[in-house]
Amino acid sequence: MSSTIIPKKIFIRVWAALLVLLLLTWSLAQLNLGKFNAVAALTIAVAKMLLVILYFMHVRYSSRLTWIFVAAGFIWLVILVDLTLSDYLTRGWVPGVPDKTWEHGVWPAPQKD
Amino acid sequence: MAEAHGALAEQFEELPQQQEASMLGMWTFLATEILFFGGLFMSYIAYRSIYSQAFAEASKHTIVLFGTINTAILLTSSLTMVLAVHSIQENNVKWTIRHLLLTISLACAFLVLKGFEYRQDLHENLWPGPHFKTGLPPQAQIFWFLYWAMTGLHALHVTVGIAVLSVMAFLAGRGKFSATYYNPIDVTALYWHFVDIVWIFLYPLLYLINRSS
Repeated sequence: MSSTIIPKKIFIRVWAALLVLLLLTWSLAQLNLGKFNAVAALTIAVAKMLLVILYFMHVRYSSRLTWIFVAAGFIWLVILVDLTLSDYLTRGWVPGVPDKTWEHGVWPAPQKD
Repeated sequence: MAEAHGALAEQFEELPQQQEASMLGMWTFLATEILFFGGLFMSYIAYRSIYSQAFAEASKHTIVLFGTINTAILLTSSLTMVLAVHSIQENNVKWTIRHLLLTISLACAFLVLKGFEYRQDLHENLWPGPHFKTGLPPQAQIFWFLYWAMTGLHALHVTVGIAVLSVMAFLAGRGKFSATYYNPIDVTALYWHFVDIVWIFLYPLLYLINRSS
């Protein structure tokens, strides 16, 4: 399967790209972009992750079966996040139900943005 | 192919099949690791969405210089790791060992820097509890709990990585690996890159977001 050896210069380039992205994400964090700060930082993190997975973990050169195994791990993560957020982000959508349920428990009240 | 000094376990037909099986096995383990860290990331997302202002305040106290240097160190250690695999694919045992030792050194440098950072954090009373730093909203402790839990669990993974990499360097020195058989190094590399990826997400979440808001 990975009998074809990936040229070394590809790894050097990927590493250089990763460091450029690190510099970029650090620079963007110095600016106040409001909500875009989080979007930019996470977009760059995903880009870095894809570079590592596709090249360093040589998934790009691996079999389709490997792709399925890799995707499966992330699908479970998406289920975890999706189902949890479908609770937290939708509180208060149902009329008559208090939107901040934690205010009725022992949790401290959240701060307003 | 199959003659390579008893490298082929008897349940496999040929080396490529054995190679693919070990890759799939490792990715299955990594899927459990994704969910292991995923629970902590989920907590971060949930609490951040509820206490966004407190999280913004709290995250300004992480030391971004340590975080940035450590990110560069881990990214570079991923390069030396992949070059170790590359070297053994070219049957170059000497450079395989050198690259493994380089990776171990970078991992140790990461932990040492993290230690200095932890000392500074503790010095500033950023450990959640009764003596927590004053002047921050109480929910900031949730952020700092997650900081210690996530970076602590990550540091534990780095430590395990150092141990496994050391075993690989030792075995390579004993001549156990060659271009026809290097599954253990390949599998170790997948683990190491995973540890790198976890940090790639910890870095923006703990150090960058809200840095200048």
